Amino acid sequence: MRRPHRRIETQLTVVGTGIAGFAAALFARARGLDVAQVGHSGALAYTTGYLDLLGVADGRKIADPWAGLDALRMTEPGHPFGRLANADIRAALDAFIGEVNAMGLGYTPAGAANLTALLPYGVTKPTLSLPETMWPGAAALAERAPALIVDFAGLQGFSAAEFAANMAAVWPGLATARLAFPGMESLQVFPEPMARALETRETRAAFVARLRPHLGAVTHVGLPAILGVHRPDTVRAALEAELGVTLFEIPTIPPGVPGIRLRELFERHLPGRGVALEPNLKAAEARLDPSGITLALHGPMEDLDIRAEAVVLATGRFLSGGLRAERSGIRETLFGLPVAQPDGREAWFRPAYFDPRGHPVNRLGLTVDDRFRPLDAAGAPVHPRLHAAGAVLAGQDWARSRSGAGLAIASAWAAVNAAGAELGSSPGDPGPTTAPGAAPAQEPGTA
Amino acid sequence: MSDHETDVLIIGAGATGAGVMRDLALRGIASLLIDRRDLNAGASGGNHGLLHSGGRYAATDTATAAECRIEGEILKRVAPQCIDDCGGLFVAVEGDDPDFAARFPAACAAAGIACEALTPDEARAREPALPQTLIAAYAVPDATIDPFRLVLENVAHAEALGLGRYLPHTAVEGFETDAGRIVAAQARDLRTGAPFRIAVREVVNAGGTWAGRIAALAGCDEVRLLGSKGTLIIANTRIAKGVINRLRPPGDGDILVPGGTVSILGTSSVTLRDPDDAAARAPTAAEVDRILDEGSAMLPVLAETRFVRAFSGVRPLLLSDAAEEDGRKASRGFTLYDHEGQGLANFCTIVGGKLTTFRLMAEKTADLVAARLGVVAPCRTATEPLPSGPGLGWTAPGASARDWMARADATDTILCECEMVARSAVDEIVARAPGHEDHMSLDAIARRSRIGKGACQGAFCSMRVTSHLYDAGVYEGAEGLGEMRRFIDGRYRGVRPVLWGAGLAQTELAEILHVGLAGLDLLNDDAPEDPR
Repeated sequence: MRRPHRRIETQLTVVGTGIAGFAAALFARARGLDVAQVGHSGALAYTTGYLDLLGVADGRKIADPWAGLDALRMTEPGHPFGRLANADIRAALDAFIGEVNAMGLGYTPAGAANLTALLPYGVTKPTLSLPETMWPGAAALAERAPALIVDFAGLQGFSAAEFAANMAAVWPGLATARLAFPGMESLQVFPEPMARALETRETRAAFVARLRPHLGAVTHVGLPAILGVHRPDTVRAALEAELGVTLFEIPTIPPGVPGIRLRELFERHLPGRGVALEPNLKAAEARLDPSGITLALHGPMEDLDIRAEAVVLATGRFLSGGLRAERSGIRETLFGLPVAQPDGREAWFRPAYFDPRGHPVNRLGLTVDDRFRPLDAAGAPVHPRLHAAGAVLAGQDWARSRSGAGLAIASAWAAVNAAGAELGSSPGDPGPTTAPGAAPAQEPGTA
Repeated sequence: MSDHETDVLIIGAGATGAGVMRDLALRGIASLLIDRRDLNAGASGGNHGLLHSGGRYAATDTATAAECRIEGEILKRVAPQCIDDCGGLFVAVEGDDPDFAARFPAACAAAGIACEALTPDEARAREPALPQTLIAAYAVPDATIDPFRLVLENVAHAEALGLGRYLPHTAVEGFETDAGRIVAAQARDLRTGAPFRIAVREVVNAGGTWAGRIAALAGCDEVRLLGSKGTLIIANTRIAKGVINRLRPPGDGDILVPGGTVSILGTSSVTLRDPDDAAARAPTAAEVDRILDEGSAMLPVLAETRFVRAFSGVRPLLLSDAAEEDGRKASRGFTLYDHEGQGLANFCTIVGGKLTTFRLMAEKTADLVAARLGVVAPCRTATEPLPSGPGLGWTAPGASARDWMARADATDTILCECEMVARSAVDEIVARAPGHEDHMSLDAIARRSRIGKGACQGAFCSMRVTSHLYDAGVYEGAEGLGEMRRFIDGRYRGVRPVLWGAGLAQTELAEILHVGLAGLDLLNDDAPEDPR
């Protein structure tokens, strides 16, 4: 039997389903562009859920990311943030957080200063926006509030004792307790099924009964990020009403629930906003020609061709497959775009893992122009409407500088605005609306 | 730390030192074994785990080859639990010297080594990974040995006999001498920084690569060694059933040694002046490429194999003028210095040799020490089986997975998913393995198990084990994160030269975990925080 073959035609196609990809799709729809999005990576599950803008500079935590960005533009002129103004970055973050909140997942607004967010081993990190389920932890730390940290029998890599021991210098007196998770006793347990179970009233009731005897005089209870996947703010409110204390979540070893929440949120809502989303398909081949870009995808049941006038490439780095390292060198995997790199593997990594300068390999990637278009070896755009966003960009080390989400969202903003301008759409143009609930299979171009 | 007193102080907890400890205990002599780091921290842990048939040396050094053969046969009898008697092949491929290959059977015969000629088809039937370019193949009784289990069991047996005690992270900084005898060693606990004194009757220097420096502390300048750095790379798949040697003069990438579920490809040889020069000791990308390019000629599948780490051992070779610049030409034999010509009557240094001959080296050393102490009991290690015990069996690849499956206990969670090391194994090591009287760190547990040795090279399990050690009360303050940081950095130094492909993607994930989630890069950043 012949494999079904489907063809989609779009103005803009986003390749990649990380934060940069989803942000690009949202921004493009807000401009009224006709959008498709494809991707295959689950790397969103590796995020803590915090939205960082710039938390570390020169190996030190910084309090003011906006001043930090101003300084970064002076010290690292090649950094992608150097192609963006603070006002644009602010607009991008506000737009993204606004969209996420509108879809029903609470995040705190991006403020003037970094917040001090909790990490699972009792240390903290500077970040700009927190999920509403995590923000009370930062507030409780600021007040040194009397708090209980809860962990679970069979949940690996999350120890209340470890959190409390390492937090003791700044937040003394934390109480700890270990619970068996209702319905998962005597088993190895994982955050995602625990979170899904807490969406049911029965599990919540059993959980409340087990937690209540440990409360004592605490005002806050911290626990791993398991407060539901689809409606965490509702789950948290329901538990708080029963327990009479403030709950807060702490990130866990991946796959972590905060990232799964974001991914499922976008997958649920983007088709209804008119994005032709294929979240489990990898773009296998790509062809550039003067009038546009053709992508070929091979699914389990069918082949799919996408014809796009413009593309935002947000395929991430090595883990997500946007870049590939061979013994002989590093390449971009979809278009074969040039990746400027040193001669030989010995220069990719420094001898010491925790060298505060980070590793050179983490700064390799795609060099772009002011419109975030990848450049060829001669410094000219490879294609007039091929743009790139997110971690695949060269000249940045998002992990060390705690800037991953900010870089993804701001570069997606810039790439989409540049593509939109080329395609003739104007900012804020809602464009033709699609009926809520429209599935990608019903998009124009379906064979 | 309080002062110690012992009949025999053994410096260096590699295979030789551990072997001397057990040999003495079997003669009724008590000893204290110390190491500046921990068990097998030097060449005893930095090798491919080959139990030589002697074939490797047959063409160049008949005496060493015969010594390897005899010792290999003894160890297969007394310590079978540490050995995989998998056999080995010597193979030549197109381009190798056919005359060198043709001389191999006679050279083996001269050393008494069984050697069976195989046709290329017969060899490929045994080892399907061998190439079509094969021109000669011989089967020899090579085997593999787990150097970690071997050393753990030697130490544990001496402890069980009530005649041995082991102290890790203990350095010797000097000796007190009186009338031609060492009366005490000046030691320091490197973890706490506290100095202490060890009163002794006899001192054995089994410091391996560092033996020359230890001898010099006692005023003996006759121990002259050549450090020869050997780099090896590990794949976490078993590529061959048995050992595969390239049949040509020794060179880079000429041996593949399987062990449990892994394979080790070696070896390079680079002369090293200073064994403490960490930068020079670290394996490099260039060495890895050379080993891999050479090894692929013998086993083409290596070009497509994922390697999880590289490591370097520093072979302590006896220095001779001919060997000054080429470690491969230095003697693989061993020497026992009695230091009497240097004016000391109760100090000896045992150096050189190979893992395969560690028992014989220990026997000769213990003979000298026993004679000096007036003990007439003979050596028993050639016949007395090496017993196993709790906390000793977790270093073989695949062992912990088999144990966990057999027990089928759902509450015994897996801490290391790559190598299937369960919580119960970690608890047993913390409670029972040699060194447990001391503080068991993540690094010490990993050395006594497979933790951190699988595909993720410690990225995930370091976090899970650390959390468990907090739960178990092993860590009580902030020290656990510092130990995790040091452990991860140590694993990284081996991962670094094999980072490409899937391994590099894994390292990107590790960076996200260690930096983004654990904040280990900023552990010492005490910048003031301004919580909202």
